[in-house]
This record gives sequence, structure tokens and C-alpha cells, in this order.
Amino acid sequence: MIEGAKWRRWVYFYIPLGIFIVWLLFPFYWMLVTSVRPDRELYRPWMAPNYAPFWTTHPTLVHIIDLLTQTLFIRWMANTLFIAIVSTLISLFCGLLAGYALSRLKFPFAGMLGTGIFITYLVPQTLLFIPLANIIRNFNLGDTPWALILTYPTFLIPFCTWLLMGYFKAIPRELEECARIDGATRWKAMLYVIFPIAVPGILSAGIFAFTLSWNEFIYALVFLSSAHEKTVSVGVTSELVRGDVFYWGQLMAGALLGSIPVAFIYSFFVEYYVAGLTGSVKG
Amino acid sequence: MARVVIRNLNKSYNEVHAVKGVNLEIRDREFMVLVGPSGCGKTTTLRMVAGLESITSGDIVIGETVVNELPPMDRDIAMVFQNYALYPHMSVYDNMAFGLKMRKFARPEIDRRVREAADILGIENLLNRKPRQLSGGQRQRVALGRAIVRHPQVFLFDEPLSNLDAKLRVQMRVELKKIHDRLGTTAIYVTHDQIEAMTLGDRVVVMKDGVVQQVGEPLDLYNEPANRFVAGFLGSPAMNFATVALTDVAGATHALGEGLQLALPPQIGERLRSHIGQQVTLGIRPEDLRVESGEAANGLSFGAVVEVVERLGSEILLDVKVGSGTMVAAVEPTVQAKVRDHLRLALNPERLHFFDCRSEAAI
Repeated sequence: MIEGAKWRRWVYFYIPLGIFIVWLLFPFYWMLVTSVRPDRELYRPWMAPNYAPFWTTHPTLVHIIDLLTQTLFIRWMANTLFIAIVSTLISLFCGLLAGYALSRLKFPFAGMLGTGIFITYLVPQTLLFIPLANIIRNFNLGDTPWALILTYPTFLIPFCTWLLMGYFKAIPRELEECARIDGATRWKAMLYVIFPIAVPGILSAGIFAFTLSWNEFIYALVFLSSAHEKTVSVGVTSELVRGDVFYWGQLMAGALLGSIPVAFIYSFFVEYYVAGLTGSVKG
Repeated sequence: MARVVIRNLNKSYNEVHAVKGVNLEIRDREFMVLVGPSGCGKTTTLRMVAGLESITSGDIVIGETVVNELPPMDRDIAMVFQNYALYPHMSVYDNMAFGLKMRKFARPEIDRRVREAADILGIENLLNRKPRQLSGGQRQRVALGRAIVRHPQVFLFDEPLSNLDAKLRVQMRVELKKIHDRLGTTAIYVTHDQIEAMTLGDRVVVMKDGVVQQVGEPLDLYNEPANRFVAGFLGSPAMNFATVALTDVAGATHALGEGLQLALPPQIGERLRSHIGQQVTLGIRPEDLRVESGEAANGLSFGAVVEVVERLGSEILLDVKVGSGTMVAAVEPTVQAKVRDHLRLALNPERLHFFDCRSEAAI
């Protein structure tokens, strides 16, 4: 906390913080206002009298209702949820075992392998989707959820592995040694001692992986084509922008509803998430 | 309950030879302390007994079984770690019960043993707490309890008291001693603290650079150190050392050093006969020095100048200058001494130690 006169606290803390919060939250506010603004206000020119860009005096739910009834939005949400959950689970499972092995087991080239995994995370998706598209076509997975469920782990597993590896390294080795003297096999020591302690790390890896797959755009755009297979991020932008016609109200309503699940998860697990990223284990 | 035999044990990490040919026999029900400065190989030795480190060569026998290749869980040992290694997500009860659960003990038996151990350690009221809600001393007790409930053949302690504050350390030391007397389980205890070694051990092993320097009962090591290292390591304040030349003056052996001119009694002279004409290291324990008024009759005293006076209450430590070297004398609290005083310090010839200058072995 900043000490000293009251004005110092305002100048160095509250005002910068306020600016930062407004800066961060304004897009969300804009999204909210646009999604409840009636069409006649949305398409009114700047110069019109009584123009109020930052609020509306006639809020309406018509865009949201249209979105839910006239489009496949609910279907897209279900698709996204399914794909995000399954790919997150696959990545967490692999990341847990790989992270544990890289942080605890001694085997040749462990260090190189760890670095190698990290490098794969650095390969941009915008390059990777070209060869992946070929693979997806060869396996006849195009336009199915599995095209995404199997490709998302290509960037989720390296991420989970690295986050969990760091977390496991922070857990004192003695805990596991003690468990093994106490009569646990390495597998049991991992299951009963290490994993329960790593819950914050596992949760934050899971949340992050879920968010990444939820927001993913390029693979979803390339690998899915029919409207009812699309995810939210692709569905909203491709189906609600027709040619040069932007359905702004529905677009914003879609973006708003689409960001709710992620916001919901973060608000529940934010403490675990911070603990997971800063890696703190207290014995 | 079992004896532990370590035969010609070696451990190398790539280039570093950490433990060199250690031979030890820890008798049944014995409390054996391994002591030495950090990096002397004592913890590595303990971890090899535990099965947490592989053995480069040699044998470890627990009871009648050679355990070289056995995993830790099959060695029937319990270990207490320096940082306690309590499972942070489990209650005290579950921490203590974990080892028994892993070994598939029946629930009532687990409960009986946990409560029994909790009773011994006085932690019955903490059983439902989590480790983070405990103080350092309480955590230490839980870690001990976790070892006790298993009724193992051997307890291994890896510097278990070094994370506690000084007062608690003394208290837990006494408690450990009591618990060992009560349970009688063979114990191997690693520490760098020579006071812990002296007070806890039935026998003490002093190690340095991966080599065992001396094994024996604490007072034997203290009174008859095998070499200069053991002599200097045990005892606080540490033994004073001075280089002296042994000469024969009319049939009597004299030790001549800087500020020192000691006429040694015949029986000691006899012992040193082979070193006459050589330089040796003289060792004097601080408590074997006393302040003499006037000249001592037997020629076993020397002049010194007081540099620092440390009043500890029960005794006074005098840092004195002898010639160009310094010594510490632990004297009675009644002695009146001030900085820059000139004193005569007398010593007891029976309590002198001599070490070969090159091999550092006791003469």
C-alpha cells in the first residue's frame, strides 16, 4: 500500500487503477450496450440529434432472443463446450504424466525433451494448421468435433506440461521420499501425495487449457465448415456477418453470451489460479 | 528391532566420491549418531540406508537381510526429515496413518497405533489439524509420530532438529532421548551439531570428506580423539591447537612453542619419545586451562594476555594471546580478569593431546 498523504494515494494508486479498469472493461461494456440497443439506435448516424453512443434509453432483448431462436447459437455453445472439455481433459492427463516425469524422473535427455516440448508450443498455429489440415483430411475427420479435439492438444499439452512441471518442481522432494519409505510405490506416492498437493496447479492448467480451446479460432475456422458443427467463435463471426451486412446486435449478444462460461469459471477458481501460476506449496 | 551393518560402502556421483569405504555396525537398540561438517557424506550414507540413493559399491544389511537392491518401502525403516515432510493436504491423524494405510493395516489397528503414538508425543489434541496450523515443534512431533506408528526396525533421522529454534531444540533433544529409551528401536541420526551428537548418541561416528574418522562412545571420542579433526570438531568452544617442538633436556621431554615452554612429566614424555626432535600439534581443551596465581611449581604453565572476556554466567571464556597465537580458556565465573591483563595459565598434563603434524593422528 502506498503510504503518506492522501493525495499521493489518489495520484499513485486510485486514479491509475481507475484508468486501467475503465480501459480493460470498456469493450465488455460496449458489447453489453450494443447487444441491448434497438436497431433504430444502432444504425443511427453520429450526427443525428439526441445521439447517445454510450447508453441506451430503450433497452431490448430482441437481439438475444433472435440469436437464441433464429440462429444455431445454442448448438455452437454445446459444440464448443464439448470440444473444450474433452480436449482439456486429454491435455491435462498427458500434461500431468509428462510434467511429473520431466520434473521427477531421471532419464537420458530429460532436459532436452522438456525444452523440445516448450518449443513446439512456440510454433505459431497459423503455420501449423496447414500440415494439420492435411492430416485431418487423411483421417477423414474434417467437419467433425474430433478434428478440433485431436488438434487442440498440440498446443495444450506443451502448455499444461510446462505449467505442471514447474509446479511439481516446487513440491519438496522429501514428501515423495517420505511416502515411499512409508510404503507407497512411486505410482501411489504420485496419486495420494503429489497430485493432491498439486491441485491448484492442475486446476489452473485446466482453466487455462479450457480458455484456450474455448477461444480458439483458426483451427475451428479451417477444419469445420457446416454451420451446425461450428464453435461459438467461428459461428458468430461467420454466420452473423453476411457479406457486408453486420448484425451488430446479435454479434455482440453472441460475444457476450460466449464469454460468460469462461468468466464464470475464472471467478470461481481465481484463487487457485493465482496460486497455481505463482507456485506456492506450504508444508 | 535389528542391527544395521554397513560394509565397505561407497557412493560416487560422476566425478565426486561422496562416501568412501564406510564400515559401521549399529547394534540392535543402539542410538548411533553420524556427525560431521556439511558435505562429509553423512546424509548420503543415511539416504543409502533408507534406499533413497543407490549404492555404488558395498553392502547394507538390516537385520539379517542385505537390502542393497530393496526399494525403501521394503526395508522396514521410518525416516524423519529435516523439513518434516508432512503431507500438507492431510490432517495430523492421516499423516500418521498414511504409512499404515499403505501397508493395508486394519482400521482399528491403525486407530490404536496412531492414538498410542499421539499419547507418547502429547499431540492427541492436534489430530484433526492440518500441518500448516501447527508450530515448528508440533510439526516435529507429528513427523516423529509418523515414524513411531510404523514400529519399524530402524529409525532414520536426517537433521530433524535443525529447523527448530535453540530452546525448542534442547527440549526436543531430551524428548527424543526419552522416546528412544522407551521404544528401544535402533536409530541412526545424522546431525552437524556436535552437542546433539554428544548428548543423544550411544555411540557417535565422526565423518569428514566421506571417510569415517572415529567411532565410539561420546566421552571416549571427547577424551581420546583419534585425530586432530575429531579433537577440533567435538567440544565447544573448540580445542586449542599450537605447534610445538619436542626436545630432550637432560632426560626430560620439553614442548617448546610460541610463548609455550612446557616440561612434560615422564609418563607423557615416554609416549612421545619417538617424536623427539620433531614438530607436533599440541591440543588443549579450553576447560583444561585454569588461571594460576604466581608461578606453577611443575613448570606446566605459560603467560598469556587477555584479549576478550566473555561472561557466560556459569563460566567465563577468556580469549588470550599466547606468543603470536590465540587460545580460549574456559575458567570459573569467579575469576577476575580484564582485557589486557597478563595472566599465567596452568594446565593438567594428563589432559594434553598431541597429534602428528603430518598425519594429524593422535600420538
